[in-house]
Amino acid sequence: MNEGTHGTWVILLTLLVAAVLAVLPLAHSLAWWRPEWMLLTLVYWAIALPHRVGLLSALAVGLIVDVLEGAPIGQNMLALGLVVSLAGLMYQRVRVFTMVQQAGVIFVLAGIHQLVVQWLQGLQGLSPSGFLFLLPALTSALLWPLVMPLLRGLRRNFRVI
Amino acid sequence: MGLGALLVAVLLAADLRYSGLETARSVIDTLLTPVYLIADIPTMISNWQDDNIRSRSRLLDDNDRLRRENLVLQGRTQQLASLQADNTRLRALLNSTALLRDDVLVGEIIGVSPDPVRHQLVLDKGAEVDVYLGQALIDADGLMGQVVEVSSTTSRVLLVTDPTHSVPVQVNRNGVRAVAEGVGSLDELAIHHVAATTDIQQGDLLVTSGLGGRFPFGYPVAVVSEVQRNPGEAFARISARPTAALDRARHVLLVFGGPAAKSPVLERPVEVASE
Repeated sequence: MNEGTHGTWVILLTLLVAAVLAVLPLAHSLAWWRPEWMLLTLVYWAIALPHRVGLLSALAVGLIVDVLEGAPIGQNMLALGLVVSLAGLMYQRVRVFTMVQQAGVIFVLAGIHQLVVQWLQGLQGLSPSGFLFLLPALTSALLWPLVMPLLRGLRRNFRVI
Repeated sequence: MGLGALLVAVLLAADLRYSGLETARSVIDTLLTPVYLIADIPTMISNWQDDNIRSRSRLLDDNDRLRRENLVLQGRTQQLASLQADNTRLRALLNSTALLRDDVLVGEIIGVSPDPVRHQLVLDKGAEVDVYLGQALIDADGLMGQVVEVSSTTSRVLLVTDPTHSVPVQVNRNGVRAVAEGVGSLDELAIHHVAATTDIQQGDLLVTSGLGGRFPFGYPVAVVSEVQRNPGEAFARISARPTAALDRARHVLLVFGGPAAKSPVLERPVEVASE
C-alpha cells in the first residue's frame, strides 16, 4: 500500500452516507433545517487531508449533488469548489481551533455555500426565500461537533492518510 | 482554481441555456439510483409495517369500507360506458376528436428533491418502461406535475407548484381559460392575468385545458381558494389550492398519450425574421 492512497474507500463511504442523508425524505416543514451533509463531510476531509481532497474532489462531489438535487449542473460544483478551496487555504489554522471556533468556521463556509447557491438560483428565476437559506448553515455548524469526532475516529481507526 | 471556475461557468451556461448536458445528467442519475433507493428504506419499512402489521379489527373495518366504496364506484361505472358512447357520438357530431381513455402506469415516489426551493420528485420508473419527457403525472385527486428528466430506471418530476412551472387550465364550470403558475408553496397556485370582470369564483374547479399540447385534457388541477378584485387593477388576484396530495402521495400514475399523441399538434407559426 503506497503512501497517499490508503483508505480511499473510507472517504468514498462517508461521502456515500452523506449523499443518502442529503436526499433522505424529510417533512416539508423541516426541509430548510436539513444540514449540508455533503459539505460537512467534504470540508472535514479537505481540512484533515488537504493533499488528497481538494478542488477536484469538490468539483466531482458538486456534480453528484447537482444531479441529486436536480439543480443545473455547475451550481453546487461552483459553491463546493469555492468552499473547499477556502478550507484548503486555512486548514492549518482550523486544525488548532477549539470545537466552538471550528463550528463558527463551518457556519461561515456553509453560509458562503448557501449564498452562492441562492445567487445562482436567483439567476434561474427561482423565488428568493428571505434569510431562510441561512438555516442549513446554522444546522451544519451545530452538527459539526458531532460529525467531526465521528469522521476523525473513522480516519484514525482505518488509518486514512 | 481559475480553470475550475471557468469550467463550472461553461457547464452552468451549457445546462441553463442550451440544455446540452441531458445525456450526461441522465447517465449520472442512473448511476446514483442506489443513493435514492437506500434513502427510501425507512419509508419502505414503515410502509411494510402499515401493510403487514395491523390489528384484525382494523382490517375488518378496512374491508368493510372498501366493499362499500367498491359498490358505489361500480354503480357509477355502470353509467360510464353509456356516457362515454354518448360523448363520442356527440363529439363526432361536433367534428372534434374523441376523448379516449388514457393509459396509465403506476409509479412509486422514491425521493424528493432535498432543495426546498425546487419542487421535484424522483420516481422509480424510467426509460425502460417508456417514460418520456413532458409526460403528465397524476394521483387519485388531480394533476401533480410533469416529467422533466428520464434516466434508465428513474425519472424526475417537476411539481405544478414549482416556481418555474405553469399549467394551462380552464374553469370546469364555464370553460374560462387561464394559466396556473406555481409560486413555490406546496398548497398554492397563482392564476395571473385574468381580467377583473372574468367569471371565476371561489370554489371553482380548475382542470387541465389540454392547450399547449403538454397535458391531457380534463384532469383536475386546483380549486380556487381566493379571488381578490381590486378596482384599481386590471387583473384579479386569484390563488388556488392544488387538489393532488403533492406532499403525501406515495403511488402515482404516469399518463400515457397526452393531447399531443391524439389530436394534431398545432404547428408553431413560422417566426418571421425581424432583424
